[in-house]
Amino acid sequence: MSDLSQLYQQVILDHAKQRHGHGLQPSADGESFQVNPTCGDEVRLQVHLDTTAAAPRISHVTWEGVGCSISQASTSVLSELIADVDVPRADEITETFRALMSGRGKPLEPEQEELLGDAGAFIGVARYPARIKCALLGWMALRDAVAQAVVAPPGTGTDTRSTP
Amino acid sequence: MNAPVSTPPAALSAAELAAVRADFPILGRTVREGRPLIYLDTAATSQKPQCVIDAEVEYNTTRNAAVHRGAHALAEEATEAFEQARSAVAAFVGAGDDEIVWTKNATEGLNLVAYAMSNAAAGRGGAAARALAVGPGDEIVVTEAEHHANLVPWQELCARTGATLRWIGVEDDGRLDLSDLAVIGPATKVVAFTHASNVSGAISPVDQIVAAAKQVGALTVLDACQSAAHLPLDLRALDVDFAVFSGHKMLGPTGIGALYGRRELLEAMPPVLTGGSMVEVVTMTETTYMPPPQRFEAGTQMVAQAAGLRTAVGYLSELGMDALAAHEAALTDHLLQAVGQIDGVRVLGPAEPADRIAVVAFAVEGVHPHDVGQVLDDAGIAVRVGHHCAQPLHRRLGVHASARASAGIYTTHEEIDAFAAELAKVRDFFRGAA
Repeated sequence: MSDLSQLYQQVILDHAKQRHGHGLQPSADGESFQVNPTCGDEVRLQVHLDTTAAAPRISHVTWEGVGCSISQASTSVLSELIADVDVPRADEITETFRALMSGRGKPLEPEQEELLGDAGAFIGVARYPARIKCALLGWMALRDAVAQAVVAPPGTGTDTRSTP
Repeated sequence: MNAPVSTPPAALSAAELAAVRADFPILGRTVREGRPLIYLDTAATSQKPQCVIDAEVEYNTTRNAAVHRGAHALAEEATEAFEQARSAVAAFVGAGDDEIVWTKNATEGLNLVAYAMSNAAAGRGGAAARALAVGPGDEIVVTEAEHHANLVPWQELCARTGATLRWIGVEDDGRLDLSDLAVIGPATKVVAFTHASNVSGAISPVDQIVAAAKQVGALTVLDACQSAAHLPLDLRALDVDFAVFSGHKMLGPTGIGALYGRRELLEAMPPVLTGGSMVEVVTMTETTYMPPPQRFEAGTQMVAQAAGLRTAVGYLSELGMDALAAHEAALTDHLLQAVGQIDGVRVLGPAEPADRIAVVAFAVEGVHPHDVGQVLDDAGIAVRVGHHCAQPLHRRLGVHASARASAGIYTTHEEIDAFAAELAKVRDFFRGAA
């Protein structure tokens, strides 16, 4: 099962079981609902801003979802990474993760690897095109929720359904 | 690990099955670092024998021309190939030549009927088409087991015309709840239902549904996608008004399917796609249309695919649909026993092989279907994962999505044993590794 072990690295299986950031809060600064149309998997993700910061800054994210181990673990890892970061850095992390997914398993540069931390373990997913959507589900929701949080007044999350 | 269940093929000998497999070149390939392919996704699309592949090549190599126009030698030969294919497919399903309309696939066939009905409701087709019109107060009945292709077009027809959609529900084991046949009543204009579910594998009681529909004068539409290549099919004997099937699910090419319609209904039906080659006289203001089936075949047609589908039904007929059905019945029994024996695996559909095709969807406790499929794929085993275009049925069965193994004429009992052995490892992989 060597290919499988590369795909399902221990850190991914751990995150799928112990999901960081799991559990929604009554309100959020941005909220997005995303569905993977091929399997019906879904995630609802909330972005909470740090209102004490001068520039837009994410305090933390919370989420709930139904999905495979890849989508659950990916959103869990996302919640760990996207905590106490300013919005440009969150965007940078998101873009780096997307680059990892479209890289067909090509290793990351050291600084990218550092930026992604545990999320680097998803490198094996990039070799399975059908699973990339699973890994990106939470990140799609993040991008949408952040866009709402930084343009909309706090506490007005909306519901969107779009193809990840 | 479970003991293999050995059920000898009832109607194909080992030698015959080996000969069949040799006809399908793709079955000889390996996947994922050299594992022999075990293809258990025939319900999504079947593999094609060499003769079907050759038929398309032969047509394109020697006879390619536009059909039903032009008078040169190639045009004649192409048209002959196209119409011979129609005759062969018509004979295969027990229909008349002029009762088979070529479509892109079954989805297009179902949409064709639904759009013809709303065109009739808009007054197109004149008095003859009035019987096909639906509107406020009329009801269309489907089932909760339908593929989206036999649900969404009817939802849309209702939205366009003001008709109401009703449905026959599903029991916990995936079979239709026949106490719901009472939804078929005086207001019912159409009853659209699947011959065999692409998720539960359950074969619908066609005779009972058709009888209920006839009693109130409703039209019946049968989705025969999952049955056409797996059961002997005689549409006239089933006494349905319309039926659809897709070539690629019956050893044929993609891009071709067919709509069967009773002759007098097709004659009454207004066209849907309009344009070239379906017309008689065209002036700048109005047009008269050809009789069926040409009335419903606008534009340049898929001739190579028709030639391929002709070869596919010829191949199936030569094997014999009874022998094929007997082989697949044994596979169904084997699949159900093998999957049913594994701890934590639940079959989504009837547990018994009676009135069932070799399509077995299942849920693995604590493991998402995508992850199940990934472990199987790593062993070279192709199954379908997801909602299989049947979200309402999955919801009814209490799951978001499922994995599905489906067999075909070329599937062996050894393949089912290998699949079951890998499936038995799935829960351990995710439990043990975490």
